[in-house]
Amino acid sequence: MTPPESSDIEPPLALLAELTHRCPLRCPYCSNPLELVRASAELDTASWRRVFEEAAALGVLQVHFSGGEPLVRRDLVELVADAANAGLYANLITSGIGLEADRLARLVEAGLEHVQLSLQDSEPTSGDRIAGLTGAQQAKHRVARLVREAGLALTINAVVHRRNLEHLDEIIDLAVALSADRLEVAHVQYYGWGLANRAALLPTRQQLDTATATVQTARARLAGRLVIDYVPPDYHAHRPKACMGGWGRRFLNITPTGKALPCHAAETLPELHFPTVGEAGLAEIWYHSPAFERFRGTAWMAEPCRSCERREIDWGGCRCQAFALTGDAARTDPVCGLSPDHAILAEARREAEAAAPDFVYRQHSALGRHLTPPRTPRPRRPAAPRETPTAARG
Amino acid sequence: MTASASSIAGGAVLDFAAHVRFRFDERRKAWIVLAPERLLLPDEQAVAILQLIDGKREVDAIIDELAGQFDAPRDVIAGDVLPMLQDLVDKKVLRQ
Repeated sequence: MTPPESSDIEPPLALLAELTHRCPLRCPYCSNPLELVRASAELDTASWRRVFEEAAALGVLQVHFSGGEPLVRRDLVELVADAANAGLYANLITSGIGLEADRLARLVEAGLEHVQLSLQDSEPTSGDRIAGLTGAQQAKHRVARLVREAGLALTINAVVHRRNLEHLDEIIDLAVALSADRLEVAHVQYYGWGLANRAALLPTRQQLDTATATVQTARARLAGRLVIDYVPPDYHAHRPKACMGGWGRRFLNITPTGKALPCHAAETLPELHFPTVGEAGLAEIWYHSPAFERFRGTAWMAEPCRSCERREIDWGGCRCQAFALTGDAARTDPVCGLSPDHAILAEARREAEAAAPDFVYRQHSALGRHLTPPRTPRPRRPAAPRETPTAARG
Repeated sequence: MTASASSIAGGAVLDFAAHVRFRFDERRKAWIVLAPERLLLPDEQAVAILQLIDGKREVDAIIDELAGQFDAPRDVIAGDVLPMLQDLVDKKVLRQ
């Protein structure tokens, strides 16, 4: 299906394929929903293959294999091959737990280009505690080496928060020691499990400022050796993030059961019906489903967004955050200094000053990521190519 | 190492880093650069530069070629091309 003739809706750039919610780790900021899906409800191999073919036809350029832990899918090699054969650039987002050299070789042969390996801290005691798994940290070292030996590009993804920020220098040193091409220093984003653990995770303003300065210094020192991407925590901000680059503008997320979402947290919004890939084709879903239309563009906005000069810069911020903090997904993201709900953030920031409670680890049936905007093109020609991240952050 | 310490010499030979793909996207009718979790959308001039990156030509030869193509003074072209290439090397999109 092609877009409507007059449509100014652009095709999505990237697909986040959440193959499973199963994972050996129990990180307390997991981006999966509080209600985790069981293995028996997961999409099968053939359905995923059809998703990749439809995604490529729709204009998707990259696929991020994620989860949970995508390595627990026995058909992962086949799925990567299907995506690569469809013409998609394949990224694997993994904890690394259980990855062996022979399987990695088969993934490379299938067309995998890049591995994003999570890192919970710089040293084993804390790393294993945050991951909720003994031996997790040791596995990271082993897998980073395997990835480099296999000739793949390697990104280390370090999610940072008040329990590991004091080790940020060591985390950066470790990324260099592991020969990563890229390090993503991503502050926890507060949805789902992260929100449930906010008091245990949210850094103080001082911790944040120190971290930001550390990243800036390291970037200059390591230019040409290690690229460092930085995702700040918006609870300390006055301008909201352009979440997902705008609802239904760039990204498509498919859950383990085949639901199509504009972002991985969108299922937290109660009023929307998200179609599954069994119910409709991806193009139909992208261009015409009410859920993708609901917050696309600016027509849905109320004040102060509606008349704001930044409405097409930040797109009103994050819908899931607006809902999580105010109960109304159509309100301005409370992160915005212009939001009448901005005081909610000050209350949350006070939690960061108090003693940190214990983690609520991710698990089945207990209580149950985001984007930086593309860099602005240079005014001079020839401009440095406009750079757009194609991955959800969190 | 600082950005300036790694600056590109005229005799340097550049190529796309492993796992970076520079190709034409039929769907968008535009040249794109695909990199790990990244997409670059080069403008017309940047495309002209990137099309000369082949792992064989020296940077000086690329500048000569572009000066001819755009009928512009060599030092003007160099002033545009070198910062862009440096930026892409720093981002590990290109490698020396």
